[in-house]
Amino acid sequence: MAKQINVSLIGNPNTGKTSVFNLLTGLNQQVGNYPGITVERKAGVCKLSRGLKAHIVDLPGTYSLNASSLDENVVIEVLLNKKDKDYPDVAVVVSDVENIKRNLLIFTQIKDLDIPTILVINMADQMLRKGITIDIPELEKRLNTKIVLMSARKKQGVEELKKSIEDYRKLPVAPCLNAFEIDPEYFGGLQRAFPKESLYKLWLVITQDVNFANINRNTIADASQFQTKKNSELKRLQQKETIKRYQFINQTLKATQTIDIKNAKGVRAALDRVLIHKVWGFVVFLAILLFIFQAIYDWSSYPMDLIDGAFAWMSDFFREILPEGMLTNLLVEGILPGIGGIVIFIPQIAFLFLFISILEESGYMSRVVFIMDRLMRRFGLSGKSIVPLISGTACAIPAVMATRNIENWKQRLITILVVPFTTCSARLPVYLIIISLVIPTHRVGWFFGYQSLTLMFLYFIGFGAALVSAWLLNKFLKIESKSFFVVEMPNYKIPLFKNVAINVFEKTKAFIAGAGKIILAISIILWVLGSFGPTEKFSKAKEYVTTQYQENSAEDLETQIASYKLEHSYMGYMGKAIEPVVRPLGYDWKIGIAIISSFAAREVFVSTLATIYSVGSEEEETIKNRMASEINPVTKKPLFNLATGISLLLFYAFAMQCASTIAIVKKETNGWMWPSIQFIFMSGLAYIAALAAYQFLK
Amino acid sequence: MKVSLASLKKGQSGIIISVVTDNIPLKLLEMGCLPGNEVELLQRAPFSCPMYLNINGSHLAIRKEVAEQIEVELM
Repeated sequence: MAKQINVSLIGNPNTGKTSVFNLLTGLNQQVGNYPGITVERKAGVCKLSRGLKAHIVDLPGTYSLNASSLDENVVIEVLLNKKDKDYPDVAVVVSDVENIKRNLLIFTQIKDLDIPTILVINMADQMLRKGITIDIPELEKRLNTKIVLMSARKKQGVEELKKSIEDYRKLPVAPCLNAFEIDPEYFGGLQRAFPKESLYKLWLVITQDVNFANINRNTIADASQFQTKKNSELKRLQQKETIKRYQFINQTLKATQTIDIKNAKGVRAALDRVLIHKVWGFVVFLAILLFIFQAIYDWSSYPMDLIDGAFAWMSDFFREILPEGMLTNLLVEGILPGIGGIVIFIPQIAFLFLFISILEESGYMSRVVFIMDRLMRRFGLSGKSIVPLISGTACAIPAVMATRNIENWKQRLITILVVPFTTCSARLPVYLIIISLVIPTHRVGWFFGYQSLTLMFLYFIGFGAALVSAWLLNKFLKIESKSFFVVEMPNYKIPLFKNVAINVFEKTKAFIAGAGKIILAISIILWVLGSFGPTEKFSKAKEYVTTQYQENSAEDLETQIASYKLEHSYMGYMGKAIEPVVRPLGYDWKIGIAIISSFAAREVFVSTLATIYSVGSEEEETIKNRMASEINPVTKKPLFNLATGISLLLFYAFAMQCASTIAIVKKETNGWMWPSIQFIFMSGLAYIAALAAYQFLK
Repeated sequence: MKVSLASLKKGQSGIIISVVTDNIPLKLLEMGCLPGNEVELLQRAPFSCPMYLNINGSHLAIRKEVAEQIEVELM
């Protein structure tokens, strides 16, 4: 087998590291998690010449090797552990041309670990425009490295980078800073205690233990027992290290780089003047949100109608060509409607991920953090909570993980607890189908329809519930926690199509795969429960119904038999058992079943109803038509009327119905206490709100 | 004139003289907030906090409490 070169991509956030990664690997990449923790791991393969291959890992963005979050810690774990499967043969540090100074900090740290390191200066095509000139040969000499000028946007410099990776053995390995200089006395003692180890590695292990106690490591034996300093003193030494490094970096850059300040401003300042203006900033933010919701609702309705029709047609088609029997029934009544219930939402989910991805890539998200910080703090949140709250509109799971860069534990905990209130994409299927059933299609003016306004209102209810509960939690939680708020304000960028496309594709795929499994399983279980019954009333339904309704036509009789069968199936009995609980909310036992199964995942609601309604029915209709033709047995009017509809919408807006979110909250808060409180609070609120709405409107 | 960074007005800049390192995050130092470096207040958020700064070429936002730990000489 050809030798594979292990490459780690390292760099500050917002340097275009991921663009370089995408350029090197294309779609040859896998996104997963690091074992045991929910930090995203991106790896890919890049073909070099002579049959060589590079295994490239895109490590989480970090400013230094002094980790302060779980994501940053991954970088250190990989770089310190020679046995790690990702341990690099060569490290590639990606810097953007404007922030070389800051990126050199982590560059010199990695150099000092004796890892061959290439420095990539990205966005090099903008050097002239920004008034920056760099003496590359001199900088290479001073840093003892190979420098590659790149422009990921214009696809320049890729071949040179590949060539440099291939030739990594020729890279000089020499440290930039002698760790000894930081504090001769302390480091002298350290070296005497562990004469065989690299001094800088020892130092990183010790400081890392200060931040991340109890991490298993098998590379360096118990350096952590060398605890001659208190934590506060170690912190001071870390600061001293940073200062020393900056002295070196400032000297180096002074000799090699010139910046013409006059050219440095421009677009950033002009855009900032509007986007973080005390009035216009909020107006623009609101307008962007409105636009996104309108797009999700209106634009995606066309592909969705197509998909809905296609699945009904497929069920019909398979029923025609397959022999009648159990398996055919399972396929056309269980599996196909189940899958259809999830596939139909691909357009919307993709739209949502598309917009979130564009907001993040463009650098706008940091501006929102900036203008919202003061406001959010009133509710016990941080400006940084905005990112989880917005990405929560896609899915609560990445949103809960995105809270990690909130430094203050209390604000972070509150954010985690309220994030599931935001309208995630799994709620969309439920909202959309119910809105289309109970809300009229009239338009207000030429742009906004009642239906999309209702949807927007539901989004606001979600945010509102999140903010109000945050405010309450802030009042009652007694946690003291220091807050250090530092947000980088990156330069504005036009999002790279490739980055956005890959991001949308990967996220949508993960969502469909994750939800798809649950939905498929539940569809099959439901079909079984609906297709068998415990008593004679199920197996001999035909006789029972025929004797009861002799005067009915044959067609009516068929329908009567089908619904009689369903009522006396296992599912029917289970539904009847919970009916008293859901009756006051305006639901029948079928909706009750759909709600119960939604506690695994919300999006199951639609596919559950689809499965329930199609069991025993011969005609394959669209889900919406089936729901519209349901009749309330008590009032004899359509079951899905305004009161039931609003009640359902509110129930889904508030209830904590997502097993995966509960699991991630447990993981991030280290125990069952917070997820339990969250579950009880949210679901209780949902029940009360739905009850009030139905009783008021009916 | 020595003042606290928190008291800077929009558009003013200065040289960082001292930083109370115990009360500010290491990350801020890593981004270049060190004595001797230049800092400019680009803008304040609505209600005057957080503050949008250019420190040593890094554009970042910090809150008033942290800015109070940093002393600058006005330019």
